[in-house]
Amino acid sequence: MKIDHSHAHPIGMYLRTFAALLALMVLTVAMAFVHVGPEGTSVFNNLIAMAIAATKAVLVVLFFMHVKFSTQLTKFWAVLGFLWFLLMFIMFADYTTRPREYIRGWEPAAEDPNAPAAMPQPPAR
Amino acid sequence: MKTEALHAAHQTEEQPLHHQFEEVSQQNESYVVGMWVFLVTEIMFFGGMFLAYVLYRWRYPVAWYEAHTRLDVAMGTTNTVVLLTSSLTMALAVHFAQLRNRKMQLAMLGTTIALACVFLVIKAFEWSAKFHHGLVPGPGFLWDGTVPAPQAQLFYSLYFGMTGLHALHVIIGILVIGTLGLLTFLDHPLVKNDFIPTELVGLYWHFVDIVWIFLFPLFYLIPK
Amino acid sequence: MSTAAPVLHGESPKAPPSYLQAGHSIKSWLLTGDHKRIAVLYLISVSVFFFFGSLAASMIRIELVSPRGVMLESDTYNKVFTAHGIIMIFFFLIPAIPAVLGNFLLPIMIGARDLAFPRLNLLSWYLYVAGGLCGVLAIAFGGVDTGWTFYTPYSSMYSNTNVTLTIIGAFIAGFSSIATGINFIVTVHKMRAPGMTWFRLPLMVWGSYATSLIIVLGTPVVAITLLLVVMERVFHIGVFSPELGGDPVLFQHLFWFYSHPAVYIMILPAMGVINEVITCFSRKRIFGYHFIAFSSLAIAGLGFLVWGHHMFVSSQSMYQGMVFSLLSYLVAVPSAIKVFNWTATIYKGSVRFQTPFLYVLGFMGLFVVGGLTGLFLAAMSTDVHLTDTYFVVAHFHYVMVGGTIMGFLAGLHFWWPKFFGRMYPDSWGKLSALIIFVGFNLTFLPQFVLGYLGMPRRYHYYYFAPEFQFWHIASTAGASILAVGFLIPAVYLLWSLKYGAPAGPNPWGAKGLEWTIPSPPPTTNFLETPVVREEPYSYDAEAEEREEQAKEPTRA
Repeated sequence: MKIDHSHAHPIGMYLRTFAALLALMVLTVAMAFVHVGPEGTSVFNNLIAMAIAATKAVLVVLFFMHVKFSTQLTKFWAVLGFLWFLLMFIMFADYTTRPREYIRGWEPAAEDPNAPAAMPQPPAR
Repeated sequence: MKTEALHAAHQTEEQPLHHQFEEVSQQNESYVVGMWVFLVTEIMFFGGMFLAYVLYRWRYPVAWYEAHTRLDVAMGTTNTVVLLTSSLTMALAVHFAQLRNRKMQLAMLGTTIALACVFLVIKAFEWSAKFHHGLVPGPGFLWDGTVPAPQAQLFYSLYFGMTGLHALHVIIGILVIGTLGLLTFLDHPLVKNDFIPTELVGLYWHFVDIVWIFLFPLFYLIPK
Repeated sequence: MSTAAPVLHGESPKAPPSYLQAGHSIKSWLLTGDHKRIAVLYLISVSVFFFFGSLAASMIRIELVSPRGVMLESDTYNKVFTAHGIIMIFFFLIPAIPAVLGNFLLPIMIGARDLAFPRLNLLSWYLYVAGGLCGVLAIAFGGVDTGWTFYTPYSSMYSNTNVTLTIIGAFIAGFSSIATGINFIVTVHKMRAPGMTWFRLPLMVWGSYATSLIIVLGTPVVAITLLLVVMERVFHIGVFSPELGGDPVLFQHLFWFYSHPAVYIMILPAMGVINEVITCFSRKRIFGYHFIAFSSLAIAGLGFLVWGHHMFVSSQSMYQGMVFSLLSYLVAVPSAIKVFNWTATIYKGSVRFQTPFLYVLGFMGLFVVGGLTGLFLAAMSTDVHLTDTYFVVAHFHYVMVGGTIMGFLAGLHFWWPKFFGRMYPDSWGKLSALIIFVGFNLTFLPQFVLGYLGMPRRYHYYYFAPEFQFWHIASTAGASILAVGFLIPAVYLLWSLKYGAPAGPNPWGAKGLEWTIPSPPPTTNFLETPVVREEPYSYDAEAEEREEQAKEPTRA
């Protein structure tokens, strides 16, 4: 598949992409101060923030980096990179499935705000 | 809307063909794909630190929120605008390279470098503020918040590590864009009538921008 | 296969000089863009590093002859086995086949004049040498004692050896590797000659392509991981420190995320070589071309999903361990498919037992042993007993030496006449292959027993179990034989450069574009771009002719 790169794209395309990027940036800053979803969890805020960041990245990739107008091979590599990065998150399968008991003597200090409220204690021997 | 000429003003001169290639379209695509493969390695490179960040943020959400309050959102936002604009000017530099408009291309490259330097200056201000407040990881770490100091130190380790690595890439970018600008100014054979080197440098610079697009909300905009 | 008639030296006064003759100055070598010259530069440098790594290995084997150790302090022993691991893995096994054989052959096998990025290729060699020098320098300054695995927090906080300098060496070598990977990927995609479709490619190209995929997707992760260790040592940026709430096991996750695929970087090129040699010396088409091609990709992909089997006893979640165990069993399947297909290729072939083929046979036997013993380690229940024992050491030496090095030697002996236009004496080749096979098995087979009996890895004394000494002595004896086996080819191969019989374009009668051009090839490889019309390994025509002759009734 031959793509003629020597023809340039209209400047308007770059300016519109830039405007969209700025708008999304304003949105993401605003969203940091607005709580979304049920109280006590910021999961939805985080998801939205990542979604906005991903959208900005996609705009940069498609238009500034010309991937929208490129060959299949280029598109393949652009997608593969981000997918492979996500593959590393398999590591979370370890961290989320580790046992939830504290080892005796290693309980965290009482004032640690990150410690879950009630932790099961291993049976006394 | 005025339509502009999208063909190079003087495209009578052919794009130079390198000896190992058969035709120019093959050559151009090869370079672009090669650059993308390199960017994939960069994604995996930064990816390791992003992974560590997500892991520890998941583990210590309260510490992450409180530690991040010491960061200056205004400076971070300004830097984001600066970098996004530099991405625009870089894309325009490629645009003018394709049109073989060397003067505008050099102007855009110069603007990109200037904006990148502004980014680094603001970052320098941010960092020196951190040094001043003793928020640098290591034996001199001073923490007076409510969350345990080790966890705050972990946040700042990742902050300095990731923004530092990013800043290093910005510095490399400035050097590369500068070299490209110099070669273009001298009409050097490496870049004469060939927009591909500019395109490749542009790809690198946009990647650096994308990394910041993710760093910014992750560090500066942590919700409560 | 090609429309270009092969031009032999001296046949026509207008025949282009070979790549070895095109320029004799140091500058023409050190600033070359020619992939063949770069391959030769790599050959010299990897051999040097292999030599240093072997020195470290011999120190290990001498030390282990006595239950209380022989000549080394514990700290020094730690530095010696670390040096052995780092040099052999980062500076020999990872680059060897891709950078020597791959660099030379890949463009020729696809009908191209050079790789896609010749200057990047040269840069990759310089990066390799720089990285290797850093590593050697670190050893000269006193070495590193963390093991090649650099586990935290020892490497990041407590070790007072030259960790940073060593990591810098490995880091730079990683960039060399990545540069080669990028070059190969783009070359295979974009530089194939007309008619050279993906499924007409020699399987060595498929192997190199799959290897390059792993290189570009995995190496950066170990780069950032090692960089984080350096950052912790130098800037106190402690991401792995338990005192800060960090997780040392995160280091292991990130480290093995690359280092497991790394072993596939080491073996896939060797498997690629096997395909080429086995078809030529059986005079037969490869059995199951598509299966072998896709299995290379499968190994590359699946190889990224099994890293946790290095961490079964690391406090990793047991549930994740189960998943990794299952996936590790799965990743054995594509390798097994290859072995079955190779066996089927030899079956009913017209076999010639020349040196390259002997190495291939050695590979098949030893790789199977290595692979099967890997299954013991992939099962969590047995791994708990065998981990960190000599069983693991024996396992990986079977696949890395019995696999990769056999493959490298097979390729080196197969393509030596193509590289240099000289034949080596085949009887010496066969002798050394035999010596290597015997020496290798004597070295590492006892180590399976030792591991099973409980001898721990990275220990230089075993006075608590003097009954191990018998096996250690056997192993060291084997190592001496192995050393001789490795030295002999160095001698006769170098001898052949000046005194060996000149080789024509195709001394083995093999199929493949590389055998249609002169030995050694001219700088631009082909005088005209070849047009490919035949399937690979088209030894069928000969086979049909043999069958016809066998069926012919005897003439009166």
